[in-house]
Amino acid sequence: MVNRWRPQGRFAEVSDTTQTQRAWYDVTSDRMNYSALFILLPLLVLPACRPDQQKAAGPAPPPSTHHAALTIKGSDTMVHLVSSWAEQYMKASPKAQVSVTGGGSGTGFAALINGTTDICAASRPIQTKEIGQAKDKGITPKEIAVARDAIVVIVHPKNPVGTMTMQQAGDIFSGKFSRWSQVGGPSEAIIPLSRESSSGTYVFFQEHVLKKADYTVNARLMPGTSAMAMAVAADETAVGYTGLGYALEMKDSVRMVSIKKTQDAPAVVPSEETVASGAYPISRELYFYTNGEAHGAAKDFVEFCLSATGQQIVRETGYVAVH
Amino acid sequence: MNSLGFSDKAVRLLLLGAASMSILIVLLIFLFLGKEAIPFVEQPGLQALLDSRWIPVSFQQARFGLLPLLTGSALITVLATIFTVPVSICGAMYIADLASPLEREILKPFIEILAAIPSVVLGFFGLLVVAPLIKKLFHLPSGLSALTGAVLLALMAVPTVISISEDAIRSVPMAYKKASLALGASQLQTMLRVTVPAALPGIVAAVMLGMGRIIGETMVVLMVTGNAGIITWRPAESVRTMTATIAAEMGEVGFGSIHYSALFWVGLVLLLITFGLNLVAQRVLKKYGMMQ
Repeated sequence: MVNRWRPQGRFAEVSDTTQTQRAWYDVTSDRMNYSALFILLPLLVLPACRPDQQKAAGPAPPPSTHHAALTIKGSDTMVHLVSSWAEQYMKASPKAQVSVTGGGSGTGFAALINGTTDICAASRPIQTKEIGQAKDKGITPKEIAVARDAIVVIVHPKNPVGTMTMQQAGDIFSGKFSRWSQVGGPSEAIIPLSRESSSGTYVFFQEHVLKKADYTVNARLMPGTSAMAMAVAADETAVGYTGLGYALEMKDSVRMVSIKKTQDAPAVVPSEETVASGAYPISRELYFYTNGEAHGAAKDFVEFCLSATGQQIVRETGYVAVH
Repeated sequence: MNSLGFSDKAVRLLLLGAASMSILIVLLIFLFLGKEAIPFVEQPGLQALLDSRWIPVSFQQARFGLLPLLTGSALITVLATIFTVPVSICGAMYIADLASPLEREILKPFIEILAAIPSVVLGFFGLLVVAPLIKKLFHLPSGLSALTGAVLLALMAVPTVISISEDAIRSVPMAYKKASLALGASQLQTMLRVTVPAALPGIVAAVMLGMGRIIGETMVVLMVTGNAGIITWRPAESVRTMTATIAAEMGEVGFGSIHYSALFWVGLVLLLITFGLNLVAQRVLKKYGMMQ
């Protein structure tokens, strides 16, 4: 359950089943959405595996400067992306052995500071406090932006509302606004559509757009990105949110709303360019942190992630490339 | 005699074991659900389950009220049963008593096919066909409603209820019908006053089994009801059922967290409800002497 052995005798690890599943639900890999549900059911009968969860990494290669072994720990959001990278990287250079572990960005930083991981994957920048702790241990965290994550607000193509501020989007999903007339549309009731609470997108949108407020009780919770897009395409008064990659694919049946960061800021159309430039506000950078300049296997891996192939994997997993 | 007695006993024991398997499994499931649900009693305490909202993931305050889930499941079950019963009983009456052999040959396989449609397929059908239809028919803002879920669940329950009711109606002794007809009753009178009342316990059991299927169904409701945790009795609103909640959230929940044990409480309550439904069905059957 913990290790997924590769036929070539190399392996990539994901220490926690729940993290792997978050990756499926997250982002935009829609083929998985319904089939994933079938996999949930057996989990009901898996409590026996619980003690194993804490042991985590299993036969992980010792975190050392050993030439080919590499450990990456950190953000749950990035587990799916980093695993995909690791898989392709190991296909390309057969000697390499990469193990990927989730646990959250905080866990990743702690591991970097304690010297138990080569690379920390983080969906937020390092905090001043953590830099201090690192200095005490003689570690100098070096930041590398490897991808971007953007969420877009989608509406029915016939919906006349083309622009809203972050504040307005938040107020719609928290239930403060209930009619389209409150954001410059017709006087009809808004049907807010959200993802299920198990989705990483749900939490990110809640944190950054709703400013940590609860979603309205009237929000219909969709079991997947495709269900969300289908519902928005069917209901003229509905509003939902998805990752940018998926919304671009569906642009014939749903329309993306331009977002103003503040009342006076210019409206920004979500696109790969505006996300990459940082102009589109509902997005965040995803980082790798290393101790000093990356060297050896870590340097190799980071270079692979930033290469054209690596950035293509970023697009395929539903994120936005940085190069 | 002695050795024969031993092997007799061994076989008897083996068969007893096989027969008692289901008891053991039911007990184990109850035990397992209880074990995972217990931590919730200490932290945050059982009164948390009485909350009026289900917000398991929140930056403010996570809330684990079962009430919206209970009313959601109840609303869907009641609606779907209302749709199922008349259709099924009329269908069963026709197939059992009036249909020609050729008609029966055609009708029965199709009913069985309806029963065999996987629920996820029915869910997609609901999402793409039934939901937009219901939205149009009733001028609703969205087709993702309790009504849509109930219509689809009725489709799933109808075959079960028809098959069992038909058996019950056919098992009414011919002598009853002949006596009724001989007394000058019309065919309709015989059907409504004699055959159906005589078969009633079987029909009730059929409906109970249909309800069991409805309340336990997950995939369809997850896909078409909208899953908003609102406490409502209006069919046009979106509802969140207990089954959909478990299916949507169990895969992602932190093992051993409060949310995790709250989900086991949902499962426990669901199990108790279906358990109760079964007990009632068996009581009814026993009372009317249809079960030994």
